[in-house]
Amino acid sequence: MARIVLNDVRKTYGTVEAIKGVSLDIADGELIVLVGPSGCGKSTLLRMIAGLEGITGGTISIGDRVVNDLEPSERDIAMVFQNYALYPHMTVRQNLAYGLKNRNTPKPEIDRRIAEAAKALEIEPFLERKPRQLSGGQRQRVAMGRAIVREPAAYLFDEPLSNLDAKLRVQMRVEIKRLQRSLATTSVYVTHDQMEAMTLADRLVVLNGGHIEQVGTPIELYEKPATTFVATFIGSPSMNLLATPAPGAGWVLSGATHLPAGVATLGIRPEDLHLAEEGRDDAFRADVKVAAVELVGAESYVHGTLPDGTPIVFRVAGRSRIAMDDTMTIGAAASGLHFFDQEGARLA
Amino acid sequence: MHTVAFPNKILPYLLVAPQIILTVVFFFWPASQAIYQSTLREDPFGLKSGFVGLANFSAVLADPNYLSSLQVTVIFSILTALVSMGVALLLATAADRVVRGQTLYRTLLIWPYAVAPAVAGMLWLFMFNPAMGTLAYLLRRNGFGWDPLLNGDQAMALIVVAAAWKQISYNFLFFVAGLQAIPRSLIEAASIDGARGARRFWTIVFPLLAPTTFFLLVVNTVYAFFDTFGIIHAVTGGGPAKATETLVYKVYNDGFVNLNLGSSAAQSVILMIIVIALTAFQFRFVEKRVHYG
Ligand SMILES: Nc1ncnc2c1ncn2[C@@H]1O[C@H](COP(=O)(O)OP(=O)(O)OP(=O)(O)O)[C@@H](O)[C@H]1O
Ligand SMILES: [Mg+2]
Repeated sequence: MARIVLNDVRKTYGTVEAIKGVSLDIADGELIVLVGPSGCGKSTLLRMIAGLEGITGGTISIGDRVVNDLEPSERDIAMVFQNYALYPHMTVRQNLAYGLKNRNTPKPEIDRRIAEAAKALEIEPFLERKPRQLSGGQRQRVAMGRAIVREPAAYLFDEPLSNLDAKLRVQMRVEIKRLQRSLATTSVYVTHDQMEAMTLADRLVVLNGGHIEQVGTPIELYEKPATTFVATFIGSPSMNLLATPAPGAGWVLSGATHLPAGVATLGIRPEDLHLAEEGRDDAFRADVKVAAVELVGAESYVHGTLPDGTPIVFRVAGRSRIAMDDTMTIGAAASGLHFFDQEGARLA
Repeated sequence: MHTVAFPNKILPYLLVAPQIILTVVFFFWPASQAIYQSTLREDPFGLKSGFVGLANFSAVLADPNYLSSLQVTVIFSILTALVSMGVALLLATAADRVVRGQTLYRTLLIWPYAVAPAVAGMLWLFMFNPAMGTLAYLLRRNGFGWDPLLNGDQAMALIVVAAAWKQISYNFLFFVAGLQAIPRSLIEAASIDGARGARRFWTIVFPLLAPTTFFLLVVNTVYAFFDTFGIIHAVTGGGPAKATETLVYKVYNDGFVNLNLGSSAAQSVILMIIVIALTAFQFRFVEKRVHYG
């Protein structure tokens, strides 16, 4: 049980600044997901918390203890690696016991914890096997088990599901969430998969180029993205961004809706756009020529262009009869409009 | 296994011919000569020889000198393998810290490590040479009776070190490669699991190096058994009082110095059997055990 606080944490590799001053307060028992594009510094930040990577500047504390100068083993954390990092020459049982033995945990206590974890993760049948005799999913569970038996103050996950197939990934995602809830242990989880991030997180941290773009609950990030980067990173397909003002672009704002001062970009999610109907009071209207239609089960995404050539994507429910080269008018309600300034920051 | 069909019937034989010829000339012919010789015994004047069956073998195996030579060889081989592998592993773990995860350019940094033991070995021999060595002189002046020409244990120590240093570079390169093959995340997982320094080395690193260590153990043993004639000849000449006379050295002594060709041939046949056994052993084990993952 511990709160983790990062205070202006920095990391430089030679002249490359990988982490550029990150401050973050993670509450006890919270599941925080670090998400961002490849190379944004997610792993680096996690490894700094773990103690596998030195801290160039700032402080990291775990449970009111500054850990900057502590060894990984003294930080009371457990980590699940992307490639699982199971000890290949030990059986599953020995893998689980290793960290406890090194801490001189009494034998009966070790056995009790292994039995408990093995039961929770359903790996009891494999306890006497070597890691190479297990499937990817089973290895993943063992890696989780090795973290759980330690009963640490915090769990750190570095893309633990990225080596699994899509179906297993969804299943394990649910299971991790359930385990984390029942253990109520502070966790930091790294992923570049925004679906995984949205479904797992209590709070999401979107990283970009070594700094934090936004911190918030998945819903907050979805409804009120603080920057255009977050706006396009969260949600799929990503938000349409239209340059403003754009006379002759083929879209208009109507009624009581006006562009706020300083606006440079107008954002609308594909799911907030709909085909315009007579009598419906839309704040936003645009003429679209259809370029392609993407059917994804219960809904379709229509890819089109505005008269000035700007691409735009919108959602239509069900199997639509829209075909290529059709032209139509689409609209959006005022609540579906996001405004961003020149720097990409959200206005109001 | 993929089979290749040659259009020409003779070409394949031509292609393997050089290898076959070399093997026949430099292995099968001498080997068969040795086997043939080992069944003959010359009269005391070396004028004629007669067929004696396996008598040479039973004589050799019953000879206390031969058995003590066997013992010398085993001790010498074990010590040589231990020293050369131990030092190489020590250097390799030091180098691994420097080069881990680095580019080819950084990998070149390990060459000095690889060459240094060879130079050090040369210096060592000079320094401990009883006639002109600086350290030999210092040892004696401080009351330590350093005289490998008279003391068998000291002579053994000298040839072990001399034989071991030559192998250190070779072992070092294999150990570095073996260490680099251990995934970094395993070491990191171990450090999070609270294992540091010596404990981490013996519980994680060393077991994962087992295939490399085993391979090197066989290679070094074979080396110490068969490839150290030159060193022993130059440093101790098998003395004092046969204290450093290994099996190979004894073959030479009995055959070329004492001109007991039948016995010498029987001994080389025995050596041949030992090397074949070692090689077969290595193939069986290495094929089974190298896979860890
Ligand atoms: N040892 C290193 N030396 C130099 N630069 C490094 C080192 N490790 C990471 N970096 C740089 O730091 C930045 C962040 O890397 P990091 O591994 O944290 O990215 P990531 O967000 O985990 O990406 P991915 O999703 O691809 O795993 C990258 O630009 C990377 O090139
Ligand atoms: Mg990463």
